[in-house]
Amino acid sequence: MRLRQSSRAPIFSGLSILSLSILAAIGFTTATAFSAPESDTEVAARKAALDLAGAFSNEGFKMRDGHWSGTIKPKEHALIAVNLYAGNQYWFSIGATELAKKIAVNVYDETGKLVQTEGYNEGEKAAAGFSPTSSGQYYVMVDLVEGNESSVCLVYSYK
Amino acid sequence: MRRVRQLFALTFLLGCCAVIGAEPARLPADQLAKAIRNDAISIPTPGELFAALEKPGKPNWVGQMRGPVATTYKNRPQIALNLGSLIADGFIAVEAKDSQQVKNIGTDIIKLAKALGVSENVLSRGNSINEFAENDEWDALQEELEATQNEVKSSMQSHRDQDLIILVSVGGWIRGTQAVSAAVMQNYDERAAKVLRQPALVSFIQSKIADISPDMRDEPLIKDVSGELPAIEKLVTFPAGKAPSADDVRKVNEAVGKVMSRIQAKDAK
Repeated sequence: MRLRQSSRAPIFSGLSILSLSILAAIGFTTATAFSAPESDTEVAARKAALDLAGAFSNEGFKMRDGHWSGTIKPKEHALIAVNLYAGNQYWFSIGATELAKKIAVNVYDETGKLVQTEGYNEGEKAAAGFSPTSSGQYYVMVDLVEGNESSVCLVYSYK
Repeated sequence: MRRVRQLFALTFLLGCCAVIGAEPARLPADQLAKAIRNDAISIPTPGELFAALEKPGKPNWVGQMRGPVATTYKNRPQIALNLGSLIADGFIAVEAKDSQQVKNIGTDIIKLAKALGVSENVLSRGNSINEFAENDEWDALQEELEATQNEVKSSMQSHRDQDLIILVSVGGWIRGTQAVSAAVMQNYDERAAKVLRQPALVSFIQSKIADISPDMRDEPLIKDVSGELPAIEKLVTFPAGKAPSADDVRKVNEAVGKVMSRIQAKDAK
C-alpha cells in the first residue's frame, strides 16, 4: 500500500486488512455498475479511488456504492453534481492512473461558491472532506494539475 | 470635516472592493448547469438520508415501518417504483434493527425483481439479506441493500430497460422522504428537518423522467407521479441553511404520501 498518513487526512491504519475488502469492492462494483463496460485504465482509476476511500472506513465512513468514471486532460477538469444532506460528513475520493502526476479536488456549493474542505493529496489520489450545513446540491471538481491525460474515478463516503 | 467623511467613505468602499476581490471566483451558472449528473452518483441513497436524520437523535424507526405491500403488480413501471420503495423500507427496517422485517422485505424485493426478469445475481442477494439479518449484521445489511438496488439497475441496463432505472430511484426517494418527514413530524427538530431540502434532486428526477420513452411516460401512473413532482419540488425548496417549519414538513409528508399511495395502489394502471 502506498498511502501515507497526512496531518490533514484521517488515520490510514489497518490498510492491509482493507486491501482485501477493496479488491472485493472492485469486483463487486464491476458487477453492479450500471454503465457502459469500463476500460482497464478506468478500472485502475477506480481501484485507486476505492483504495483511498477504503481508508476512511476506519473512521466510520460508509462508502456509497456508486461512482463516476471519466477521462480528463491536462489543465482540464470534470465537474460532478452530488446531492448531500446537512448533518452528514462526507469525503470525496478521487483516483487516477499513474499518468496523472497531480490531481486536485474541490467542492462548490449550489451557487458555485468554493466550499472550505479538508484535503488529502498524493500524486494520482486526492480527497476532500467537509460537513455541509445546508442540504442540497454541491459540485465536486476534479482537476488534472500535472501529468498526462488520465482516467479518473470519483467515489464518496459519508457518516 | 466633510472632506474627512468623504475620505472615510472612499476608504471604506475600496476596502469592500478588496474584500470582494479576495473572495475566490464563483463557478458561473452555465458551468454548473453543464455538470455531470447521473443516477449512480447524483441521487443519494436512503442510507445517506437516514444517516443525516439520525444526527440530532435517533428517530422512531419502528413507527415508520409500513405493512406489507403487494408483490403481484402487472405493470412494469409500477413494479419498478415499488421495488425502489421496498428497498427504502429495507433501510428503515435495518435502522429499526428488526431482523424479521428485513427478511420479509428482502423476500418481497426478490419477488418484485423476479417479476421484472432481472438476473440471477439479484436473486442470490435475497439469501445474503436473510443471512445478515439472522446474524444482526446491520452495516452489512445496509451495504447489501444498496448493492441489491444497484444490481437491479445493472440488470435493467443489460436488459435494455433503462427507463425503469430512474423509477427505482424515484420509488426509493419518495418512500424515504415519506418516512423521514413523518419521523420529523413526530418529534420536530430543526436540524433533522433540514434534510428535506432537496430541490435540485427533484428537478433532476423530473428531467430523467422526461427522458424516458413516450409510451412509458404516457402510462397513467407515471403521468400521476411526474405530475406531482413540480409541486413537491416547490415544497422542498427552502432557503439554504434555513430549516422548514413543522407545517412545511407536514406539507411535504402529505405530498409524498399521496404519491406513495398511488404507487402502491393495486388498481394503478
